[in-house]
Amino acid sequence: MRRISLTVNGVQHEGMVEPRQLLVYFLREQLGLTGTNVGCDTSTCGACTILVNGNAAKSCTLLAVQADGAEITTIEGLASNGEMHPLQKAFHENHGLQCGYCTPGMIMASLDLIANNDDLNDEDVRIGLEGNLCRCTGYQNIVKSVQQAAGEMRSPAST
Amino acid sequence: MAQVAEQAQKYVGGGILRKEDPELLNGAARFIDDMSIPGMLWVSFVRSPFAHATINSVDTSRAASMPGVKGVYSGTDLADEWADGLPCAWPVTEDIKAPKHWPIAKDKARFAGDAVAVVVAETRAQAVDAAETVDVDYEPLDVVVDMEAALQDGATKVHDEFENNSSYVWNLDVGEVDQVFNDAAVVVKERYYHPRLIPNAIEPRGVICQPNPAQGEYTLYSATQIPHILKVTLALTLGLPEQKLRVVAPEVGGGFGSKLNVYAEEATCLALGRKLGVPLKWIETRSEGYLATTHGRDVIQDMEVAADENGKIVGFRANLLADMGAYLQLVTPGIPILGAFLYHGVYDCQAYSFTCTGVFTNKTPTDAYRGAGRPEATYAVERIMDALARRVRKDPVELRRLNFLEPFDEAREVITGLSFDSGNYGAALDKALDMFGYDELRAEQQRRRDAGDDKLLGIGVSTYIEMCGLAPSQVLASLRYVAGGWEAATIRCHPTGKVTVITGTSPHGQGHVTAWSQIVADELGVDFEDIEVLHGDTAISPLGMDSYGSRSLSVGGVALHYAAEKVITKARTIAAHELEVSEEDLEYSSGTFSVKGAPDKSKTIPEVAFSAWTAHNLPEGTEPGLEETHVFDPPNFTFPSGTHLCAIEVDTETGMTNILKYVAVDDCGTAINPIIIEGQVHGGIAQGIAEAMYEEAVYDENGVLMTSSMSNYRVPSAAELPTFETDRVETPSTTNPLGVKGIGEAGTIASPPAVVNATIDALLPLGIDHIDMPVSPERVWAAIRNASGSSVDARGTDATAAGSGVGSADTPGGEA
Repeated sequence: MRRISLTVNGVQHEGMVEPRQLLVYFLREQLGLTGTNVGCDTSTCGACTILVNGNAAKSCTLLAVQADGAEITTIEGLASNGEMHPLQKAFHENHGLQCGYCTPGMIMASLDLIANNDDLNDEDVRIGLEGNLCRCTGYQNIVKSVQQAAGEMRSPAST
Repeated sequence: MAQVAEQAQKYVGGGILRKEDPELLNGAARFIDDMSIPGMLWVSFVRSPFAHATINSVDTSRAASMPGVKGVYSGTDLADEWADGLPCAWPVTEDIKAPKHWPIAKDKARFAGDAVAVVVAETRAQAVDAAETVDVDYEPLDVVVDMEAALQDGATKVHDEFENNSSYVWNLDVGEVDQVFNDAAVVVKERYYHPRLIPNAIEPRGVICQPNPAQGEYTLYSATQIPHILKVTLALTLGLPEQKLRVVAPEVGGGFGSKLNVYAEEATCLALGRKLGVPLKWIETRSEGYLATTHGRDVIQDMEVAADENGKIVGFRANLLADMGAYLQLVTPGIPILGAFLYHGVYDCQAYSFTCTGVFTNKTPTDAYRGAGRPEATYAVERIMDALARRVRKDPVELRRLNFLEPFDEAREVITGLSFDSGNYGAALDKALDMFGYDELRAEQQRRRDAGDDKLLGIGVSTYIEMCGLAPSQVLASLRYVAGGWEAATIRCHPTGKVTVITGTSPHGQGHVTAWSQIVADELGVDFEDIEVLHGDTAISPLGMDSYGSRSLSVGGVALHYAAEKVITKARTIAAHELEVSEEDLEYSSGTFSVKGAPDKSKTIPEVAFSAWTAHNLPEGTEPGLEETHVFDPPNFTFPSGTHLCAIEVDTETGMTNILKYVAVDDCGTAINPIIIEGQVHGGIAQGIAEAMYEEAVYDENGVLMTSSMSNYRVPSAAELPTFETDRVETPSTTNPLGVKGIGEAGTIASPPAVVNATIDALLPLGIDHIDMPVSPERVWAAIRNASGSSVDARGTDATAAGSGVGSADTPGGEA
């Protein structure tokens, strides 16, 4: 067992993990943050996407020990003071989710996409979210949601 | 009652945002893998790597000694747990061959992935580690993978107890079929193949069994579409008193038919819970699911149309081979039959023939996958319509118009004996053509052809119909389905004015909570936010038939409407008594009863609910409380229809295809929530395009699934899909008072022929008139190379592709 220490959604956590423990299961089963979902075993579907030191990462592809010292954001850390994050709000307002299983990963990947690209057209969003699969929506309303959130997040009025 | 229909509609028809969203957006929603129970053990299955093998022995000793292991069981060890095999609820013919299907195989493994043993351990990892050490002595047997090979004399049998691999032959003939085809001026025949598909709900399956030994009770949590059906069938399979079993579907992350089943893992977890008396959990891995969760389609169709020289159709004849896989799961044999009545589409004809042979192979069992039987029918009909248009040299749109059934707003009987509820096929077509810019695109197509452009343009038309709203129970009986088709709803008006709705439908992404709230809010005049919708727990909603086949709104939503009528009827009696007038003197509008001519004298539904609770002043014979249940058995199916149009650009140098424009105009009857409808259409089209262009489960000759994980089975991402333009026409259904038809599967049903017809239409100048799904760049490229007489690299005609030998890219269709 190895001791790790990391910050998740602004809270410092320590934990003992098996070296083979995947980060996603550490978050889900040891910290109880079950919003991050597991949809495959090949790092294909992106349901487990979180932010590690500000960058989107598939948490089924990282070992918990690799996250030692990292700063992590999960879907549970997005809303502030009970207010939805602009991405959560946009997914709601544009029917960007149906069953909702891919949604946390989709939102975390979108957060990274918006943060790292100043000007996104629809095609950019589609390509940017290539690593996140959704089986319900056909993606159209996801693209719309991301575009709305990108606009709000960049507009000074909304901050 | 007319009084309800006349209500001012505040919510119904409006694009109301979903109530379901907040907890799905903040991570609070509880899917099966998010749940755990103190003391819970983990279950892992040992699966056969062989598609067909005798199980000589299962040595569990090493696994039993692994850390944390609490038990290891072979199929023989668990043999006494079963009162019966896993159920097949749809034996479609009297003489169907339906094999016993034990949850854990005892004597033979019949597909790669068949469970042969099960391990129980303290942690997820320990269970998986131990499962790898179970020593199974297999003796590999010959394998049948291909349906036509499976039907040949002397073929290896999947089930020794039967004389061959044919499970059933189901037939429907109407009219003088042979004579009509013999006499027809034009007969076009083609062969089509529907790839085997892996449903890929993004949430894998999972089960938690929680025994309560003190009471002899069990709660089974499962990522399922069908908690109610599971309760009945698992009670039978395990010989468990049904009243001791509660089944709960927690938040469920998509289904698409793959969670419409009674699975070995559900039965086994329940049996182990009974045996060990402790809670147990099993969560499927994705790659495990590719083997153990039912697949869809895998159907060969010989399709024929007969017409006069102008293209006026006189007959349709379809002959299918449908791959059952190794066992009959819950409704495996019935899936092709759900399309059996629709092989004439929206077209008139005089003769009709449909035959389907169900075939056993050593592959994962097939079962429902979004559309279930109707995508198959629609694809065959809409492909053959284009082939006929080419033969009689008519524009595909013109040919369809020539053969459409005339518009009708009262139910009309069609050739198969079904009554279509309402339809106006030309209206959807007109609207779609207009949105699409059909004439301009045809002109652009011609311009490119004339210019010898290496990027050709193709236009695909699909004017589809489907049947949903499953189903009138007596019709199901005549089709030999063993359950009913009704649905239940309860409305409980609390004394505080709040309302609880209990539905027998079991949503997994469709937005029932929102749509059901809209219906009740309008009918009872209560606030949308004051309505709670409960579902998916047999202890809370004891009556239900669950969600599949686009039935939820057109059966479950309608049950809710009738329950609301009953609430209003009782409330009227109480209100009249309190206002000291006769019931006839009351007007009802938006939740308020008011005295005719004295509108200030009134009672609202919440006020009546309070009176009904105090019971201080109820009329003689009226029971306290304001709660009503209605169980609705639909008198007919519903028949959504519409037009989908697709424009595709094909790069003749590379075979790359690109959808330039996709237009969908659907008629799902009266709209309850246009936002949800649009979402269902988008997702449906995406899954249909996935079938048409990307996805195929490929087995090798040994029955090994080559597309064995999400990394090599191509579920399209946002980058592979276009933007869809959607709209609706509304011809209210005559089957139910809400006028609703259903929209869950329409996109998946309509889109594959639109896409494939467009691709072929682009390639016609090269003499190509057939390519099988999935129409991948590789297949397009190979077809182009073959058509131009060039030799094709071996990879161009992939020998392992399931489409090869059936009607693969290098085999032109029946008509030039």
